[in-house]
Parts: sequence; C-alpha cells; structure tokens
Amino acid sequence: MASLTPEKQIGGLVFFPDNITFDNYSAMFGKIPIGRSLLNSIFVSSVITFGVILIAAMVGYALAKTKFRGRNFIFYLIIFTMTLPFQITLIPNYITIVKLGWVDQYTALIIPFLVNNFAILMFRQSFMSIPQALIDAARIDGCSELRIIFQVLFPSLIPTIVTVGILTFMTSWNEVLWPLIVVRDEMVMTMPQLVTLFSVGGRADAQLGVKLAAAVLLALPIMIAYSFFQKYFIQSMASSGIK
Amino acid sequence: MKARRKKKRNIMPYLLISPYALFFIVFVAFPVLFSFVLTFHKWNIISPMEYSGIENYERMINDRLFWKSLRNTVWFLIIHIPLQIVFALGLAIFLNGKIKFKGLFRSVFFLPVIVSGVVVTIMWQQLYGLNSGVINHLLTSIGLGRVGWLTNPALAMPSIAIMATWKNVGLYVILFLVGLQAVPAHYYEAADIDGASAWQKLWYITIPAINPTIFMVVILSTIGGFSLFIEPYVMTGGGPLNSSLSSVLYIYKQAFEFYHMGYAATLGFAFAFIILIIIIIQKKYIEKKY
Repeated sequence: MASLTPEKQIGGLVFFPDNITFDNYSAMFGKIPIGRSLLNSIFVSSVITFGVILIAAMVGYALAKTKFRGRNFIFYLIIFTMTLPFQITLIPNYITIVKLGWVDQYTALIIPFLVNNFAILMFRQSFMSIPQALIDAARIDGCSELRIIFQVLFPSLIPTIVTVGILTFMTSWNEVLWPLIVVRDEMVMTMPQLVTLFSVGGRADAQLGVKLAAAVLLALPIMIAYSFFQKYFIQSMASSGIK
Repeated sequence: MKARRKKKRNIMPYLLISPYALFFIVFVAFPVLFSFVLTFHKWNIISPMEYSGIENYERMINDRLFWKSLRNTVWFLIIHIPLQIVFALGLAIFLNGKIKFKGLFRSVFFLPVIVSGVVVTIMWQQLYGLNSGVINHLLTSIGLGRVGWLTNPALAMPSIAIMATWKNVGLYVILFLVGLQAVPAHYYEAADIDGASAWQKLWYITIPAINPTIFMVVILSTIGGFSLFIEPYVMTGGGPLNSSLSSVLYIYKQAFEFYHMGYAATLGFAFAFIILIIIIIQKKYIEKKY
C-alpha cells in the first residue's frame, strides 16, 4: 500500500483536481483496445517467463553439470552476447522477422526473448552449488537428465527461479521498442506499446485524463506484483544490476 | 547396455544446449554479420539490396543529425551520471544510518525502477508542461516566470536527464547500500580516533572503498544513456530542433520512418563502437585498484 503513495501524490496534484470520475477510464476503453492489449501483454510476458526458465535451466545445467566438447566456448559466447550492444542487432533482427513472416504475430514478440543470457548464467551458478553426488545418485536410479533437472533439482532452485521469473516478467512487460518495430496491428499490440502510441499519436492530446488513465492501468499490474513480492523484486534487481 | 547409456549421455549435453545454439545463430551471429554487410548497402527492404561501397559511412561523417544525436547523448550523460551518483550515494548513506522506516523509504525509492518508462514519462510530462505543468504552476504561484522545460532546446535534454535520474535512483541506492555495508566499520573507528570530519570520512574512506560500485553505476548509466529511446520518443519526439534526439531514436527514425536500413545499420555499428570506447576511457580513469 505504501508503495502506491508517490504515484498518488503526483497524481493527486494534476489528476482530477475538482471531482473524481471514472469517465476517463471508460473513454479509454472506448478509444483503444486496451483490454485486448492487457491480455496480449499478460500472454506474451507469461510465455516468455515460462520459456526463459525452462531453456535457461536446461542450458545452465548442461554448462554446470555435464562435460562436453565446446562447453567453455559456449560459456564465452554467452558472455560475449551479453556485452553486445543491441543497437547492432536491432535492424537485422527486424529483417529476420519480416523474412520469417512474423510481423504482427505473437511469435515476433516471444521467440527472440526466449533465450536470456543472464538467466542462463544465474542457473549455471546455482547448479554448480548443487553436490554432484545428488546427480550421480539420480543417474544410478535411472533418471533421465531432463527428470534430474526438472524433478530432482528444481525444488532446491526456487530462489533462482523466483529471481529469473520476476526479472524476465518485468522486463518483458515493460519492453516497448521491439513491439513498436515488429507489430503494427492494434489487436496484437502489448499494453506499453499501445499506451505509447496513444500518447504520441495525438489521439490523447485533447484528453489528458484519458492518457493518464492509460498510464495508471499500465503501471497497475507490476505495482500490484511489487506490493506482494517487494523483497524479491529488490533482491532480484540488485543481483542483476540491470534496469 | 552400459555402452548405449554412455553414448546417450554424451549427446544429451548437446540436446540441452541446442535451443541456445539455435538462438545464437539466428539472433546473434547472423544479425552481427548481416548488419556488417548491410552497412555497405542501400536497402529499403522492399526493392533489392544495392551495393553502395562506403557511401553510408561517408554520409554518416557528414550527417549533422548523427553528430547532433551523439552530442545530445553525451550531454545527457554529463548531466545524468554525476546527478545519479550524488543522489543515489546520498540516499544510500542516509538509509545506511540508524533511521526509522528504512524499509518503507527503500521500497518507495525503488518503485519508479520497476514501472514502465512510458508511465514515468507520461507522469513527468504533467510536471514539465509549459502552461499546465505542475512545476510551472508552482513557479508562477510564487511570482516567477514559466520555464519551457521541454520546449526550450537548451533544457529539453537536461529535463529528460533529471527524469531518468529520478527513475533509476532506487536501483543505484540498493547497489550503493550493498557496497556501503561491505566497508569495514573499524576504518571509521580509526578515523574517529584521528578526529576526521564527516566530510573527510566520506572522501577518504567511503568513496575509495565503494569505487567498484561507482564504476558499475557509471557503466550502467552510460549504457542506459545510449539506450535512451522511449523517454524522448513520448515526451518530445526528439525535438525541439532535434535537441533531445537520442542515438537509438535516430536509428529508429532512419530505419522505421525513412526505411534506410543500410544507413540505420551503419549508425548502429557506430554507436556500439562509441559505447565501447567511452567505457574503455571510463574504466581507465574511474576504476581504481587499491
């Protein structure tokens, strides 16, 4: 609850100085498909978060607990990719999406984000701290590697899963530049994208209240999540140092 | 039986990393190479690619807007980085002391970090507005004139830099807090015995001790400055007179408003190279080994 104050204080100064009304909200629903974009955002961010955890756990496990040729090479590739400025890959990735015929499709919003280098390194780190004896025991019992990862070891990785989950969900929820580039169809747009276009497109100029209502609605889901998992949010962000 | 299992285990690691390998080829290796090829071509995506030699590079050197966007970004960093360090460190020292409601302060400062940049920008637009903005409203109510926070070319970028500082300060407060808690208490006790002032303790103990954190904040802010997009896009559209045109906004405009793919790729390479150089310089002059 306390976390909501700053927004309200600033909002209180400019929002609805004379009378409190929900007209702005209903006007917003009439003007832009904001409900649809909310569902899009929830869908896209959830699939990305789920996929990132799945893939990062697999790759992280392979890097930490199996031996194969080229393991160090893959590790350095991951470090290299993390330091590569996105300005270089932005244009060619857009072209790839065009050539794959993914423009205006959910795949364009989801697939490029399914592999997350930072998440892989986090999982690698936590798998390394798990005793090898546990894995050997499971192997002797005839567990497949996938079962070892997702059934035997997952319970002891909860902190990592929470951290990666929160960071991934939050960054994909707030992502704007990429959706702006690959999606032009209002029905596929994510919420921050729609709100951005709404506030620069001139449609909101006459109605400041509607614009602010859209901003509040966009901030609300993350703020609700934050009020429940505040501690984890702060820890996760501190551990990553990313924005 | 045993041999078969052994063999199975040998290909298993490759199966596990295959999603990463596929991703790396499609979204990292290919784009980097293709982007480099693109810099030597003219292409609007629709018609065939046209080889143009080093024309894109020549054009960039003579492009007033390229230099303008670079200057704007550097100007942003010059304002943003010191402001960020002073505020984040100040707040972290304040929170590190014995005060009440520590947790509450921390979570309030952190709130803007997690909220979308679009939301923060829309909020600050209401503060910066020329006629109806909150800041100008306060200024006129105490008898001062209106200030064109976003309409004056000299002020647009500083206004955005202040907003970015406000948005990120919570994250850096947390990072500084972690750094401050690692400074051994007996350093301060020894300084107390020698009669050092609070200012001397800050300057000679705290700041050298948290040098790695300061360096990290500088690097992260630099990368952030070169990634600046949504704030100028929503707030000013890069104006007035391109005074808030950021590097990514300029790439975006070249690529997706004019469809100059080759030129946009060239700009992408140039900015990536410039980020690298700036970080090397920062590493040399800011990072200290004690």
